Amino acid sequence: MFHKVLIANRGAIARRVIRACSEMGVKTVALYSDADAQAPYLAEASESYHLPGNKAVDTYLNQDAVLAAMQHCGVDGVHPGYGFLSEHVGFAQRVADAGSTFIGPATQWLEAMGDKVAARETMAGQGFPTFGGSEALRDFEHARALAQEIGYPLMLKPSGGGGGMGMQRVDSVQDLETALHQARAIAGQAFGNSAVYLERYLSRPRHIEYQILASNDGRVMHAYERECSVQRRHQKLIEESPAPNLDPQQLLSTAGQAVQALTKLGYNNVGTVETLVDQTGATGFLEMNTRIQVEHGVTEMVTGLDLVQSQIRLAAGGDLPEQPGREGVAIQARLYAEDSITMMPSTGTLSRFRIPELFGVRVETGFGEGHTVSPYYDALLAKVIAHAHTRELAIGRLVVALKAIEVSGVKTNAALLIRLLESEDFRSGDIDTDIVNRVNR
Amino acid sequence: MAAHEVESEVTGNVWKILVEVGAVVEEGEVLMILESMKMEIPVESPIAGTVSDIKVAEEEQVEEDQIVAVVDD
Repeated sequence: MFHKVLIANRGAIARRVIRACSEMGVKTVALYSDADAQAPYLAEASESYHLPGNKAVDTYLNQDAVLAAMQHCGVDGVHPGYGFLSEHVGFAQRVADAGSTFIGPATQWLEAMGDKVAARETMAGQGFPTFGGSEALRDFEHARALAQEIGYPLMLKPSGGGGGMGMQRVDSVQDLETALHQARAIAGQAFGNSAVYLERYLSRPRHIEYQILASNDGRVMHAYERECSVQRRHQKLIEESPAPNLDPQQLLSTAGQAVQALTKLGYNNVGTVETLVDQTGATGFLEMNTRIQVEHGVTEMVTGLDLVQSQIRLAAGGDLPEQPGREGVAIQARLYAEDSITMMPSTGTLSRFRIPELFGVRVETGFGEGHTVSPYYDALLAKVIAHAHTRELAIGRLVVALKAIEVSGVKTNAALLIRLLESEDFRSGDIDTDIVNRVNR
Repeated sequence: MAAHEVESEVTGNVWKILVEVGAVVEEGEVLMILESMKMEIPVESPIAGTVSDIKVAEEEQVEEDQIVAVVDD
């Protein structure tokens, strides 16, 4: 097991990793930018280290600074959390070269799954279902020919991307040239890789993902699925497990296919296989995230597995946990500092931030009262997870919790979350990626 | 001819400016993209017209309601 782990992240996930380490008797180092100097996670870590500046590129994305912190604090493990450097091949390699363990998959998997086109081909090659799609587009003529082959409407996506940035729907050949130009420019700016590719556009698909755990000696297991279709701007708002209104046998069988494919490949550590399910119920690979996810808590609540501790143990060469069962239903809502109607982000000081203790409700937040929500990092104020025997009760618990949380100083999306949870569509399990538009109409 | 001031809806950072002074734009055309809390926030032209001023530069910080551009109809 590790002696001391540096958390190359901030906020709620830094806090979560610190907690997991402390429970196992592992020391921790927390990093902080100028804006995070008062953040609650710092007091919970064994040590903290200042990264001067505020912008992500100067601080949490600044590899030289993070590596200097590693050397200075004498750590033997680095937990990258999610976002920032968590899927960065070069960073993971530099951590290894410096003699520490990167708590995540081997760099070959960050590389293989980081390129979305290569990832799809890799999984398809192991028999995992895909909806098909193009290779990276060379030019407009190439794009036009491939678009013709796949058929409109299409989705144009950055090959090195994630988080929905730079994705565009293309309805006809007339729109293709402009869309190609724009998508390339955005992809180049945002990801340093201007490659883009085409995929069939699915109308109102569901987003279903599978939690994977894998040991360094090649054994792979799953911890069931999560339903993550409730999204705005391609970012998730509400996640739950089990996925309602889908055949449980089919879900288990797809989870099994993911395990099989990743076993054959030799994947290690944790990861999530994201899929889309179309209106006929067919599943196709979307992408694989080679890290712990924001919504990991949903799986933890229904399985009783501590995914973050499992991930750390696996990185230290430990065995897989026992295959867990699943009990009840867990639903997570992401409380964002953003306007409920316009969905514009909102910054300010949390003059009031009170989270009540409620039975069956878990809250993960990086903020405390009096702290400032800055424009430099993401707008996630808190993850609120309700767990109950039935889905109906879990929804009820989550609504009560969201109403009980008191926030002043920034706008929040609580009203939108409550509207979604109370909507007939959500309650009946009629969920797909368009539900926010329907409920907001 | 009237000048329409275009304001930022958020506090954030100017990520990319897509037009130059003198550009003829349509209503709803994206003039620049701001970045706040890891989100891209497009700033659209409120009217069809000509961009007469751009008051910010890429990488510059902007405040909510700050005037970032002017479009003449």
